[in-house]
Amino acid sequence: MATAAACGACAMAGRRAAAAAPRAPKKPKQRPAERGGAGPGSTGGSAPGAAPLPPPPPSGRPRPCVRFKCGLTGPVLDVLSSRPGWQQAKDEEEWDFLWCDVSWLRENFDHTYMEEHVRICHFRNHYELSRKNYLVKNLKRFRKQLEREAGKLEAAKCDFFPKTFEMPSEYHLFVEEFRKKPGTTWIMKPVGRSQGKGIFLFRKLKDIVDWKKDGGRTEEQKDETQVETYVAQQYIENPYLIGGRKFDLRVYVLVTSYIPLKAWLYRDGFARFSNTRFTLNSIDDHYVHLTNVAVQKTARDYDPEKGCKWMIQQLRQYLTAKHGAGSVEVLFADMDNIFIKSLQSVQKVIISDKHCFELYGYDILIDRNLKPWLLEVNASPSLIASSQEDYELKCHLLKDTLHIVDMEGRLTGKEKRVGGFDLIWNDGPVSREGNLGTLVNGNFMANTHLGTYSPSAGRVPCSHPFLTKRRARAFHLRTREQGVWTLGLRVQKEQTFSKSGCKQPDCRSTVENKHINVGETTLFIALLFKF
Amino acid sequence: MLDPDSGLSLTIARIVQRLQGSSLHSQLERQARVSLHKPEIKLESLKEDIKDFLKTSGWEKKLQNAVYSELNVFPSPCHPAAPPEHMKEPLAYMRKAQGSWEKRILKSLNSMCTELSIPLAQKRPASEQKELLNKWNEMGTDEPDLSLFRPVYAPKDFLEVLMNLRNPNYENGEQPSFRNHLGLIQVPLKVKDIPELKEDFSELGLNTGQLGIDDSAQVPPEFFENEHVRVGQKVLAEQDSAAAQQYVRQGCPTALRADLWALILNISNQPEDILYYEQLKSNVIQYDLLVDSLIYKDVKLTASNDDYYFVFEDYLYQVLLCFSRDTSVLDHFTYSSATPPKSYIRGVIPFHGFSMYVAPLCFLYHEPSKLYQIFREMYVRFFFRLHSISSHPSGIVSLCLLFETLLQTHLPQLFYHLREIGAQPLRISFKWMVRAFSGYLATDQLLLLWDRILGYNSLEVLAVLAAAVFAFRAVNLMEVTSLAAAEAVLADLSTLKVMPLLQIFLFATVT
Repeated sequence: MATAAACGACAMAGRRAAAAAPRAPKKPKQRPAERGGAGPGSTGGSAPGAAPLPPPPPSGRPRPCVRFKCGLTGPVLDVLSSRPGWQQAKDEEEWDFLWCDVSWLRENFDHTYMEEHVRICHFRNHYELSRKNYLVKNLKRFRKQLEREAGKLEAAKCDFFPKTFEMPSEYHLFVEEFRKKPGTTWIMKPVGRSQGKGIFLFRKLKDIVDWKKDGGRTEEQKDETQVETYVAQQYIENPYLIGGRKFDLRVYVLVTSYIPLKAWLYRDGFARFSNTRFTLNSIDDHYVHLTNVAVQKTARDYDPEKGCKWMIQQLRQYLTAKHGAGSVEVLFADMDNIFIKSLQSVQKVIISDKHCFELYGYDILIDRNLKPWLLEVNASPSLIASSQEDYELKCHLLKDTLHIVDMEGRLTGKEKRVGGFDLIWNDGPVSREGNLGTLVNGNFMANTHLGTYSPSAGRVPCSHPFLTKRRARAFHLRTREQGVWTLGLRVQKEQTFSKSGCKQPDCRSTVENKHINVGETTLFIALLFKF
Repeated sequence: MLDPDSGLSLTIARIVQRLQGSSLHSQLERQARVSLHKPEIKLESLKEDIKDFLKTSGWEKKLQNAVYSELNVFPSPCHPAAPPEHMKEPLAYMRKAQGSWEKRILKSLNSMCTELSIPLAQKRPASEQKELLNKWNEMGTDEPDLSLFRPVYAPKDFLEVLMNLRNPNYENGEQPSFRNHLGLIQVPLKVKDIPELKEDFSELGLNTGQLGIDDSAQVPPEFFENEHVRVGQKVLAEQDSAAAQQYVRQGCPTALRADLWALILNISNQPEDILYYEQLKSNVIQYDLLVDSLIYKDVKLTASNDDYYFVFEDYLYQVLLCFSRDTSVLDHFTYSSATPPKSYIRGVIPFHGFSMYVAPLCFLYHEPSKLYQIFREMYVRFFFRLHSISSHPSGIVSLCLLFETLLQTHLPQLFYHLREIGAQPLRISFKWMVRAFSGYLATDQLLLLWDRILGYNSLEVLAVLAAAVFAFRAVNLMEVTSLAAAEAVLADLSTLKVMPLLQIFLFATVT
């Protein structure tokens, strides 16, 4: 209990006791016993024992112990529990760090007083970005604002989401748009649901009329008066296919502050493949509820079997092999633009609170012209692991997130890269070169490395082909491999740096092969035509 | 021994003979005819003018590439007095061993047919043909019941055969002595030692820039990568096979690899090549062969299970089914120790893991016809050597021996330790080499390795890499006490970086 008591003491160092209306997380009336006599001091600092309250520690100073509370299991809990110096808070105990789901937020956030050092993994109104209709609303407004302030060209950078209308409120606008483009496919998504539930495709207005009459309600909602809000979105009919399969990308972006906007982009991510071959034939004339198989194509969290994922590095390589480095760089720069613009669109709407941070899961679709489209943003991306590799990725992601949230106060604030995260926005674009805050002249290179290998990260860059069962073992070897890998590199580096240039193959030289000088082809011309 | 001059003329005669039947010949002829209408072609200097015309119009380059390709694929001719089978394999006992191995495979295939009472080949009914044509691009969605089929053989079975190979003219006694080879391969073949390998693979040395090392995140691209990419583009612009082959020894930039490999293999995907592919396709649609089921089974067991290659399942069926019906593949049997099975199964009998030869190529090519041609060319140049018994330096027997010799010479303690605990190194590394490391390495690393295979026109690099992997994990391997534990240490190669390993093993190890 000694450590627990120490934790209690460190919490007391906070401002809680001095606050006008002190509220402990959850139930303020029942305080844990181990805080002993200090507890009553919360009634305004008048208790004699607690009179000379120590000043709150500056947020940068390390604290002896971090008490966390976690509403989830799986990688999140594993990472939190295994973090040195972190302890899980007991049921009613106070906490310094909370990883909760959004429903907790809805019920408790407004009734919870948080000390300055406390961190929580969501922003109060996270749904401004994660609910499909709000996202669209915010993006549309931001686009208009940009057009006013910076002109059409800048506003066009926001055109990364398909034409979308909120239903039923924007039904008439939708019909107008629908009539303009006959024959296109539209998709209806309920804004509040996830994992592809309630999604359907349609091509005819008749289908939507039926839906409207029906109120878009499911059976259990029939008696309720409120109509479930949907968005009608133009369906992307030409997705980029690999091996005939459709896929979407999951990319992680961490926001630690909205004012000023500070966003970090994670290097790893993955492409999720559908198990079926893509075709548009599955839409017929009727009001189509997609069959299970078809839902797979659109369901965001669909993971039919382990291994239907590529690491984003593999995808980047594949695309480079097919389309060249140039177009792939453009594609990834366009994706960066999506992250920034979507965050900027809610910057003024999100209630900025320095207790909050948020890890967003972006879902991106690439079309055949290598243009990325924003499908949706998840404020609570699935952090359940589907395989060993997935588990590792998510553990690294969470560890790095905690490094940046920095409860321990170890960062200087000047870091541009922490673990697999690169700082992509710090109240303005971040340059790859130079230190944070210095202006770089000449070519500006954005500090983004999505889908590039980070050799120092020490993890499997590519999934291991062949069956997964072999994978669990032999991981301990990796540290050694890093060693030799850098050795190889060092040898190379010395050589590269010591010479002005590397030896190039002399491609002009004629290659001699088995007595025949291939350069002498005239001989063959002569022989072939019997000159 | 053949004197160089007559050898040269024999080679020339053979190449001319082969080119005369090719479409390149008729194309050249057509071009020459067309050129006659050009004003710069004069009657008095006809020959010279046409030669000049072919030179300037780029056709000479094409011919040059074709000649170079022939030289790469076909071995230099034997003495005219030598019997024709010497071209396939000069050593009689190797030929014999290959022969009886083929007989065994066929027997097992036949017994499977009888057991399952299925025909080796039959024409599909029209309805089935139509169905197959409709789902040609999504054959992977089909789930035929293949539980009764089993792969004809796995690399392990093949290793048993190689271990029992003996040279009848060579007495090596029963008792192991210091003169004996302590490994599993007991045939005396000449394999290279490190100084020779260093000379052969001189471009992999420490003083040469290398993709797979010098393009890592820590090295600024100005030092090597940018210039290397620029040279690569120049090579492509020149359309010179020989230059491309030299170039890829330092590795292909990802974006140029597809084109460079096609250039080296002299694949241009002409309309007639596409037509040829379509013919094969229609053959697949008309006839149902027993091999098809074996191919299905293999893809389902290997590539479809693979975390990375599963996406390419449909391409694999298309390529492999066409491959099983391609009679031009038979040409390689003139210089392979293997002999095509008579009558019903033409060409190659797939073994467990065969589809992994194709899978990495799907990463580079997406038009099925081009993918097919690249694979076919890779097969008849390299991969067939990995599952036929021969004395060729790139043949699997030599690779095994090279691997064991390297390990025995440079890591005698490790070799001895593993041998003592019953974990003969070759038992672990054999499957890597038979599959050319496909499915074991991460894709980017595998392609860097195959770059070197193409660049050096040799598979020896596989044996060197296998030895380097052992050397790399030697410390852990010295601690194991069983074959299973040794296998566990070497189970996951997906984290390895190929080029640093090769380089350290060949150039940075004190010998």
